Amino acid sequence: MAKSAKKNKRLVIRTITLAVLAIAIIFSIASKDKVKVLAVGDQAPDFELIDLEGNKQRLSDYKGQGVLLNFWGTWCPPCKKEFPYIENQYKDFKDQGVHVLAVNIKESKLKVEAFRDQYGLTFPIAIDKDESVKEAYNVVPLPTTFFINKEGEIEQIITREMSEAEIKSLMESIQP
Amino acid sequence: MNKIKCQCGHDNPFGTVLCESCGRPLTEEAKKSKLVDMRYEGSSRRSQTYKRSIIDKIWNFFSSVKIGVSIIVAVLATSAIGTIFPQKLYVPFTAEADIAAYYERLYGFAGVVYYKLGFHDMYSSWWFKILVGMLGTSIIIASVDRVIPLYKSLKKQRTKRHISFMKRQRIYGEGPSDNPDEALTKAEEKLKALKYNVKTEDGAILAEKGRFSRWGPYVNHTGLIIFLLGVLLRGLPGFYVDETMWIREGEMRAIPGAPGYYLESHQFILENYTKEEAEDVFGEALERVGMIPKNYQTDVTLYKTKDGLPGTADLEKVEDYSIIVNKPLKFSGYNVFQMDYRLDELKAMTFQLTDKASAGSLGEFTVNLVNPEKTYDLGNGARVDLLDYYPDYDGIENGEPVSKSPLPNNPAFIFKMVTAEKPEGEKSFVAIRQTLETEENNYKVNFLSAETRNISGLTIRKDKTLYILLLGGIIFMIGVAQGSYWNHRRIWIQKGTDGELLVAAHTNKNWFSLRKEIDKVKDFAQLPNYEDRKDPESNSQKEGDKA
Amino acid sequence: MELASLSANLLLISFIAYLVATLFFGGAVKGAKSEATYQNNRWGTIGIAITIIGFVSQVGYFITRWIASGHAPVSNMFEFTTAFGMMLVGAFILLFFIYRTPSLGLFALPIAIIIIGYASMFPREITPLIPALKSYWLTIHVITAALGEAILAISAVAGVVYLLKNVDMTKKSKERFWLEAVVFTLILVVGFIVSSTTFKVTGYEAAFTYVDQNEKPAQMVYHYPPLFGMHQYEALTPGAMEPWAEMPAVINAKTLTTFVWSVGTGIVIYLLMRLIYRRPIAMMFQSFAKKANSQLMDEIGYRSVLIGFPVFTLGALIFAMIWAHEAWSRFWGWDPKEVWALITWLFYAAFLHLRLSRDWEGKKSAWLAVIGFIIIMFNLIAVNLIIAGLHSYA
Repeated sequence: MAKSAKKNKRLVIRTITLAVLAIAIIFSIASKDKVKVLAVGDQAPDFELIDLEGNKQRLSDYKGQGVLLNFWGTWCPPCKKEFPYIENQYKDFKDQGVHVLAVNIKESKLKVEAFRDQYGLTFPIAIDKDESVKEAYNVVPLPTTFFINKEGEIEQIITREMSEAEIKSLMESIQP
Repeated sequence: MNKIKCQCGHDNPFGTVLCESCGRPLTEEAKKSKLVDMRYEGSSRRSQTYKRSIIDKIWNFFSSVKIGVSIIVAVLATSAIGTIFPQKLYVPFTAEADIAAYYERLYGFAGVVYYKLGFHDMYSSWWFKILVGMLGTSIIIASVDRVIPLYKSLKKQRTKRHISFMKRQRIYGEGPSDNPDEALTKAEEKLKALKYNVKTEDGAILAEKGRFSRWGPYVNHTGLIIFLLGVLLRGLPGFYVDETMWIREGEMRAIPGAPGYYLESHQFILENYTKEEAEDVFGEALERVGMIPKNYQTDVTLYKTKDGLPGTADLEKVEDYSIIVNKPLKFSGYNVFQMDYRLDELKAMTFQLTDKASAGSLGEFTVNLVNPEKTYDLGNGARVDLLDYYPDYDGIENGEPVSKSPLPNNPAFIFKMVTAEKPEGEKSFVAIRQTLETEENNYKVNFLSAETRNISGLTIRKDKTLYILLLGGIIFMIGVAQGSYWNHRRIWIQKGTDGELLVAAHTNKNWFSLRKEIDKVKDFAQLPNYEDRKDPESNSQKEGDKA
Repeated sequence: MELASLSANLLLISFIAYLVATLFFGGAVKGAKSEATYQNNRWGTIGIAITIIGFVSQVGYFITRWIASGHAPVSNMFEFTTAFGMMLVGAFILLFFIYRTPSLGLFALPIAIIIIGYASMFPREITPLIPALKSYWLTIHVITAALGEAILAISAVAGVVYLLKNVDMTKKSKERFWLEAVVFTLILVVGFIVSSTTFKVTGYEAAFTYVDQNEKPAQMVYHYPPLFGMHQYEALTPGAMEPWAEMPAVINAKTLTTFVWSVGTGIVIYLLMRLIYRRPIAMMFQSFAKKANSQLMDEIGYRSVLIGFPVFTLGALIFAMIWAHEAWSRFWGWDPKEVWALITWLFYAAFLHLRLSRDWEGKKSAWLAVIGFIIIMFNLIAVNLIIAGLHSYA
C-alpha cells in the first residue's frame, strides 16, 4: 500500500513537472516579445488637446456619447478620400449623440487649416504636436479610426480607409 | 521496489552499484570489474530504476546525459547555421517580399533555400525554441535525478570501507607496516595539516576535502534555469519594452512605450577625431582610414506629465542629460540609448522677393518648415502670403500638388506676392529648382539659403527580466567556479587483518595533485607504496628510478 | 610617440624571447633521460626563465601601449590577437608551475609565436576608439574573454602533445590523417605570415573601384597581386595585374585573394618540408612529445578547460551581455560573434559532460580539445573577416 502510494506520488510529480515545462515551451513559441496594444473592448485612454478653434477637447467630456476618433495626416491619400464621407455622416449624427474628433499627427497649423478649408470640414480637428495621443493609442498606419461607445470603451478599430456605408454603420453601432 | 541488503547490514535502494555505507560492490558487473565506477558514488539513479508509464519513459529520456549532450550539439549546430548568412534582423528591409529578394539577390540559389527553410530567422523559429526548451528540461530532470541520490550516499558513507571497495580504487596500495597504529596517527596528523576532514573508526581513516565542489554542477544548472526563466518572462506584456524613435533638434515628443514621459532634443552632436588633437598618437591611423568618429551625442531634457493625461501641456522637467553611446539616459526602469542619427534635414528656408525687371530685392523672409506662418510682411507695402505648403512634394495629381510625407524632404510652396505695384497679388508655385506661374508675373520669390537640423535615432528599452538574468548568471558563475576550482578528494587508510596497511584514494579530478598530497602523507607516516592504475607510464617510471 | 615605439620594441623582444625559449624547451625534452630529470633539468629552467622575461616584456608592451593610446590595447584585430598570444603564454606559465612539464612549452610557445606573428600582419598603428567602444567594459569584457580563450587553448596544446605521443604515425589511419591536417593548418597560417610579409616588404599596392553589395560604389586597395576582382571592378593603379576572375558582390574578393595567396604559400612550404623530410610532418614533431606523460597531458588538458571555462563564461558571455545592454540596448542580439561565443561555450559544456558522465578521456578528450581551439580560432579569424557583423572593427 505504502509502496503504491509512493509510486503514485512519483507519477504525479513527474507529470506536473513535464506539463509545466511543456507549457513553458509553448508559451515561448506563442509570445512575440511585444508590448501590449489597445484592443477592442479596452477603455479608450483619456487625453486633452486644443483644437484649431482654440477649444479644449477632452475625450472624457464626451462620456455618454459615441465618439469617432480619427488619426490622420494631410499628406495621406486615404485620409483625403474618407474625410468627405466622415463630414457627411457627422452632419447626420452630431445631433444623435455621435461625435467626431480628428487628430492630426504633428503637422503645421497652416497645413491643417488649409486642408480643413479645402475640404470644408466642420468637426473639431486637433493637432497632436508631441505625438503623445498617438503613442497612447499605439497608432501606426494612417488613417486609424477608433469607434468609442458611450461607456468610453473601444467598439471597433479600423486601420485603413473606410467607405461611407461602413462609416455609417459603425457610427450607428456607437450611437447611445 | 526491493531494497538490496548488503553484507554489512545496510539497506540500499534498488539499482545501487556500491553499498552506500561500506562500499562493497553489489552488482555482478561491479564485482567483476578491476576498478569501480565512482561516478555518483555508485548510487542508484532514479531514472534507471523505474520504467513503467509513458511519463516515466519521457522522464528517463530527459534524464540521460547522452540525450543532454545531443541536445547541446543540436543547439550548437543550428546556431552555427544561423550565422552563414545575415539574420533577418540585420537585413535593411522590413517587408517579407523585400527580405526574400535581398537573400536571392546577394546569395543566389543558396540564399533562396536559406530563406525558404526559415534559417534567416533561426533564433525565433519554433523549432529553435523547442530545442532550447528541451535543453532546459534536460537540465532540470537530469540534475534532480542525480543530486538527491548523490547527496544521500555521500552523507551515509562510512569511514571503514570493505576491502573489496579499497582494492577497486584507481589509487591503491598495500604493504606491511612495523607499527600500523603509529602510522595511522601520523597520517591523521599530516592529513589534518593538509586541511582534510579526518574521521577515524576502528583502525580506519577517512580523510575528505572539498565535498562541496560536488554540488557545483547542480548550482550552476540552477543558475541556467533561472536565466532561461528570465528569458521566458520577457514574453509577458509589461516585462519588456523595445521601441525606437526619431527626434529632431528642437522637437519635443512623447517617448514611445513610456507613457507620461516626454523628451526634448536640444542638439545632436557628431564629432570626429581631428588631426590637431590626436596627431601624436593617432596620426598614422587617421592618415590610413580617414575619418574616425569620436562621439555621437544627443542633448535632451526629460519631462513628465503632472496629471498623466496625454496631450496636455502640463509638464514638469525631470532632468537635462546628454545621451551618448554607452551612456544611456535612465529613468524609472527605462533606458534611452543613442543608436542612430541623420544629418541635415531642412528646417527653414530663406527667400527673397525680387522684381524680375530690375532684379531689385523687396526684402527677405524665412519660412520655418515645421511651423510656417501664413504671411510674411516685408515692409514698404510688400508682403508674401503662404497659401499652401507641400513638405515632401511629389508632383501634381488631379491638378493638385501632392506631398508624399509630412517630412520636409522636398518642400514646395504656393506663394502670393503682394506688392504696391500689384496689390491684388501674383501667385507663384515654388519648389526646389522649379517655379510655376499661372500667368507671367512681375515678381518672383528667389531661394537664398536653408537651415538644417539633425535627427537623433533613439531606442527605448525597459527590461524587468534583467535582474533575473543577472541573478541566474551570478548563480551559474558560483556553481561553475565551485565545481571547477575545488576538488573532492578522499583518502582511505586502514589496518588489514594481518597488521598490514591499505591505502586507497579517489578524486573527481586532478589526480596528479592528489598524488602529490598522498606522497606527502606517505613520506611522513611511512605508508606503503601505491599505484595509479590508470597511469602505467609514471608507475613504471618510478620503478625505473628506484632500480 | 616615444612610448609607442618603446611599446613596439618590447613586443619585438618578447617575440624573440619566445623563439629562444622554445629552443631551450626543445633541449630540455631531448636531453632528459628520465621523468625526474625531464621535469627539473637545467634546460627547462632556463627555458621558463626566458619565457617569463618574454612575458614580462610583452606585459610591458601592453601597458605602454595602453598609456600611449589611453585605452586598453584590445580594440582591433592586431591588439586583440597579440593580447590573446600574451595570455596564452601567461596560461602556459601558470600550468608549468603546477605540473613542470617542458613538453607543454615546446608546443605552446610556437603556437603563441604564430598567433603574434599573425597579429602583426594587421595594421599596427594606434587607432582612437569609436564611440561604441568607449566604455570601461571594453577593458573588462575583452580581457576576460581573451584570458578564458587562452586558457582553453592550452588544453588544445596538451591535446596535441597527447595525440602526437599516442597516435601511431607509422600506419595509415584516420587519426594520423587528421593530426597531419592540424599541422598543415598551422603551416597555412605561417604561409599567410610569409606571403603577407613578402608583399609588405616590396610595398605592393593595387587600387580598384567596385560596386558593393548595397549597390553603392566603393574603393578597395589590395596589398597582394589581385587574383580575384571585386564586383564590377575597375583598376585605378596603372600596370596592376589583371584579376583572373570577377566575384559577385557578396564575396570580398580582396579577402579571397589574401586567402588564396596564403594557402598557396602554405602548400609550397608544406611540400618543401615533405620533400626534405619524406614523411608526414607530424612525425617530425612526434619525437618531441615522446617524453611527455600521457596521463599528465590528459589531466592538463582537462584542468585547463576547467580553469578556462568559468573565465570564458564570465568574459565572453556575462560581461559581454552587460556591455551589450549598455551600448546596444539589448543584452543579446544574435550577432555572429555573439553566436560563435555561445557555440564555443556550448562546445566546452558538451566536452565537460562527455568527460564527466561518459568517460571521454585520453584521445577522445584530446581531439575535443583540438576542435575547441579550432572553434575559438574560427570565431577570432573567420567571423571577423568573413562573416561581418557588429564586431568587425578590424
